[in-house]
Amino acid sequence: MAENRHDTDNPPTDGTEKTDETAGPGAAAAPRRSTVRSLLRLWPYARAVRGRLTVSVTAATLGMLSTLAVPVILGRIVDGPLATRDLAALWPLVGLLLLVGLLEAGLFYTRRVVLARPLAGLETAMRGDLFAKLQRLPVSFHDRWGSGQLLSRATADMYTMRLFLAFPLVFLIVNSVMFLAGTAVMFTQDWRLALIALAPVVPLFVLTRSFEHGYSGASRRAQDQNGDLATVVEESVLGIRILKAFGRHRSMAERFRAQSHELRRTELHKAHLLANLWAVIVGLPEIVLACALAVGAYLVAHDELSAGSLVAFLSTALALRWPVESLGWLLAYANEAATATDRFFEVLDEPDTPDPGTATGLAAPDGIRFTGVRFRYPDAPADSPDLLSGIDLHVRSGETMALVGATGSGKTTLTALLPRLYEATAGTITLDGRDIRDLPRQRLRETVAVAFEEPTLFSATVRENVLMGAPGAGDEQLRSALATAQADFVARLPEGPDTEVGEQGLSLSGGQRQRLALARAVVGDPAFLVLDDPLSALDVHTEALVERALREVLGTTTALVVAHRPSTVLLADRVAVLADGRIEAVGTHQELLRDCPHYRELMSGEAALAPEGSAAP
Amino acid sequence: MTTTAEPAKAADNGPAEPAVPVTAVGPAGSEPPPPPADEEDIPVPPGAPRALLRSLLGPHRARIAVAMLVILVQQAAMQAGPLLVAVAMDRAIPALRDHDSGPLIAVTAGYLFCALLSPVLQWVFIKVSARVNQDILLELRGRIFRHAQRLSLDFHERYTSGRIISRATSDIDALRELLSEGLQELLTVFLSVCYISVLLLVLDWRLGLVSLVSVVPLALIARSFRSRSRRVYRRSRTSAASLIVRFTETMNGIRPVQAFRREKANDEAFAVVNRQSATATADGLLEIARYVGLSRVTANLWITGVVLLGAYLVVEDSLELGVLTAFTLYLRRLYDPVDQLAMFLNSYQSAAAALEKIAGLLAHEPTVAEPAEPKELPALGDTTVKGREVAFEGTRFAYRTGKEVLPPFDLRIPAGQTVAVVGATGAGKSTVAKLLARFYDPTDGRIRLDGVDLRELATPELRRGVVMVTQESFLFSGTVAENIAIGRPGATREEVEQAARDIGAYEFVAALPDGFDTDVRKRGGRISAGQRQLVAFARALLADPAVLILDEATSSLDVPGEQAVQRAMRTVLAGRTAVIIAHRLSTVEIADRVLVMDQGRIVEDGSPQELIDGSGRFADLHRAWRDSLV
Repeated sequence: MAENRHDTDNPPTDGTEKTDETAGPGAAAAPRRSTVRSLLRLWPYARAVRGRLTVSVTAATLGMLSTLAVPVILGRIVDGPLATRDLAALWPLVGLLLLVGLLEAGLFYTRRVVLARPLAGLETAMRGDLFAKLQRLPVSFHDRWGSGQLLSRATADMYTMRLFLAFPLVFLIVNSVMFLAGTAVMFTQDWRLALIALAPVVPLFVLTRSFEHGYSGASRRAQDQNGDLATVVEESVLGIRILKAFGRHRSMAERFRAQSHELRRTELHKAHLLANLWAVIVGLPEIVLACALAVGAYLVAHDELSAGSLVAFLSTALALRWPVESLGWLLAYANEAATATDRFFEVLDEPDTPDPGTATGLAAPDGIRFTGVRFRYPDAPADSPDLLSGIDLHVRSGETMALVGATGSGKTTLTALLPRLYEATAGTITLDGRDIRDLPRQRLRETVAVAFEEPTLFSATVRENVLMGAPGAGDEQLRSALATAQADFVARLPEGPDTEVGEQGLSLSGGQRQRLALARAVVGDPAFLVLDDPLSALDVHTEALVERALREVLGTTTALVVAHRPSTVLLADRVAVLADGRIEAVGTHQELLRDCPHYRELMSGEAALAPEGSAAP
Repeated sequence: MTTTAEPAKAADNGPAEPAVPVTAVGPAGSEPPPPPADEEDIPVPPGAPRALLRSLLGPHRARIAVAMLVILVQQAAMQAGPLLVAVAMDRAIPALRDHDSGPLIAVTAGYLFCALLSPVLQWVFIKVSARVNQDILLELRGRIFRHAQRLSLDFHERYTSGRIISRATSDIDALRELLSEGLQELLTVFLSVCYISVLLLVLDWRLGLVSLVSVVPLALIARSFRSRSRRVYRRSRTSAASLIVRFTETMNGIRPVQAFRREKANDEAFAVVNRQSATATADGLLEIARYVGLSRVTANLWITGVVLLGAYLVVEDSLELGVLTAFTLYLRRLYDPVDQLAMFLNSYQSAAAALEKIAGLLAHEPTVAEPAEPKELPALGDTTVKGREVAFEGTRFAYRTGKEVLPPFDLRIPAGQTVAVVGATGAGKSTVAKLLARFYDPTDGRIRLDGVDLRELATPELRRGVVMVTQESFLFSGTVAENIAIGRPGATREEVEQAARDIGAYEFVAALPDGFDTDVRKRGGRISAGQRQLVAFARALLADPAVLILDEATSSLDVPGEQAVQRAMRTVLAGRTAVIIAHRLSTVEIADRVLVMDQGRIVEDGSPQELIDGSGRFADLHRAWRDSLV
């Protein structure tokens, strides 16, 4: 029994994973579905292993029965050959004992072996499905779910489900069988003793169940506190520069101390509950056995029971303690597995974004056209206005349009609509006359290349990171894209463009990452290009060089460039000013400086600055 | 654990598998530092794990002794059961037949006594050991945390955040598991094996000896399991880690993943690590199956042998029937713990690895050490000048690999001066800033603040003197107001809001759902990089330091934001010493003096006007920049 607890208690948690379980979308208020119904949803996956599962359950049941048979055989030996000093009769019984012993070992081995690979495979299949599903869910879904939440579904929850199939499921069946069989055996020995031995079953079961209730609450709390603690550690490490700069590690340490004491209190409470439970679990059956022993001895003395039967009875009674005690834990584990299953299907049940587009090509060259485009984030407060409330904008074919607006005006959001990372709430966007919703998403994203404000690199080589913008492109394209982005530092990396970067590789500076992200966007001459403040992390020298090279690329595509600064704006043919969810003005840099006070303010920082005199480039 | 585990229970319980702790992968910092040294892990000094363990256990010696004593007695009470059964059969029943119920009453009373004593002791043991365990974990967590905070930045840049986080989480978890379950289990298993061995020998030394010989093959099987499972365990840890990295990387970068249509390629790459992890998991399960099967066969063979031998002895009348009965009952118990041992070995292995890593971290000494005899800064005499004089004297800095970043460097910044430092990436600007903030110590030479070497200042004194605002603008969980108040704990709400107002951050903060009380983690997901930088500035304003360092602190601001900051700086910096590192020349306008750096040297030094009017690099740069402007 001890091990069970051991196992059920320790799915691989990293502390941070389960922290915000309650905060998880949908998890908080969702009414608990029935455990059985949740678990039944595992069937499509379990189907593939149902044969093996049956073998395992059978092997485990037979194994347990052989375990039960051992004391019976021992009893026979004591009562038969030994009582009568008949050695000839001894041999068959000892042979039987050996046989049953080998059978027991073989069955236990079989129970584990048949399930090892299939269940690991099942876990892999489920995790693969989860991963594939998650990759295809819209960005708005990922905005709602922290990656920690998703990670715990892909690791800890999978582990819980696999473990459930390997162990609690099998033993819920086996232990029930065993309990019934053991009870039958006891009754055949002596019904009076059997009744005594069964007396603690009901109280034990009730106790473990109710204990489980309290304990799971405490252990959820401990998990949360563990998560909070992990968050403090995480922040103290990620924000180490700030803490050091202000000499504030003491206040952080104070917070850590307080929270770790809280965790200690919860853990001690858990230990307290556990101590109580163990005291009962250990004590109650022993007391009952003491009674059974007294009564049994009395019966033997009065020749109402054979000595062998008493031995066999006591062994059986002891053997049945585990199935009874374990029932509470097994049910608790089934509960936990049901929760894990729910969490898994919560993601899988998420509706796919429809992708009905069938158009293959673009129509006449018309550039990018936004018509009456509106957008609000699904989680925006109900009383807030739409972030974009009617965007009308035309970027002519071959033109570069700069998008300018105050911080928080929705520039980045607007650019994310183009590759349909978010779906516009209303209005239409067309590329060369084709509504982007009519294009298959895959095709659309091949057409539109993006460089994001936050330059993300993946754990792969520089080459792979850049060329993912244009599968099939070769060395020539790689070279020219790196040249455009002024990423000459790549040549000086240990293995040039084949150097591994990202989380598991070499870490690059912000400016270096930004240049690679830019190279990724421009590689393979995309028809439409979206650049989100592509030069923010570059120093003045590099910025000038990149601008020069970028100008050439922009000459051949239709581009939308989010700009914060005049230097970036100068890359564009025209500029659109975004304010209050609408395009406030469109024109050349000069025109806007002259006519649009808001633009003037954005570019020079001073609303009242006279436009004349400063206009000459 | 301590139940009088009878066959069925112990025979086959639990999946007993190497639970692969998932390594915490911290989010990548916003600014990954260049790797100054490519050490994979820090070396663990020999003996460090043991010394750590000793220092942790030491203070709890008394309580550990109590726990041991309690469990010793408890096990004795626990193991008395079958012995009493034997007595009942051999003495009490015959006595009862002679109408003497005394022995039966005595035996029953004895059994009851044990049945009551053992749970009480069990209770005491769990309580005492839980307290010891939790105190040890508390202490260890605290040590890791405090130590990580004490360690210098160069360490943090090398040892990624994810690694430190997993020291404090998953490694602690591994230890917790061993402490709270494993050790207790081992202890009880060990004790019960000892007791049973002694009892077996006492019951009948011939049968006892034969039984105990079985320990040899069982130990061999356990040893082979241990070494085989260790290999599998390592493999599954590695594959779990790469699985997690791949997973988090994909989910955190979902925008580029979708925009660049990486879904299929990612599916395939993920399938590879997923399969690796499945193989490792299954291999681990198979190892356990093999171990359980082998040891169970061995145990059952031995039991049969002993029963056979015992039967002969009984028939020869050199052994009593009751003794043989008790013997067989005990014998089954002797072999119960074999599965538990597999569990224990698994958790022991991961805990030992965890302890070693923690010890390695704790043994690492910070390179930027606290002074043994701290000095104090001279009092600020003149009230109009809030700044202090900064002097670099032959300051040189090189990475531990020997690569020189800053050749011997001399610079004097009079109190109250605002200095802008410009130059290309890699010119050494940031190194100057970090040395001044004492994030690093110089390899040679020194830096003085009003004549006092930075290394002689205690941290609180230093931080009253020098504060640095960096480009990275991390927000701590909590409200916006709390984030600003990091600058000066205990600042009033008015002061916090005033600082925000001064820097031009008030409007956007006020517009957040809960204003200054907006929880940045819950509702602040869309606080932009520029807005974060404003919060960082407000924090610095509130700190009110004598020397302020701004390292690329305006990179994400748009023009109006930057202008607001500059306006604020003009008033805030008045009378203070300031060092501004910038790649935007706009910042330079508020400086009294500009330094142009190239390859760790100052190549131009003068007032902004002098340099602009000159013909040097700065004049060129400035011209280019003016041209790009409105």
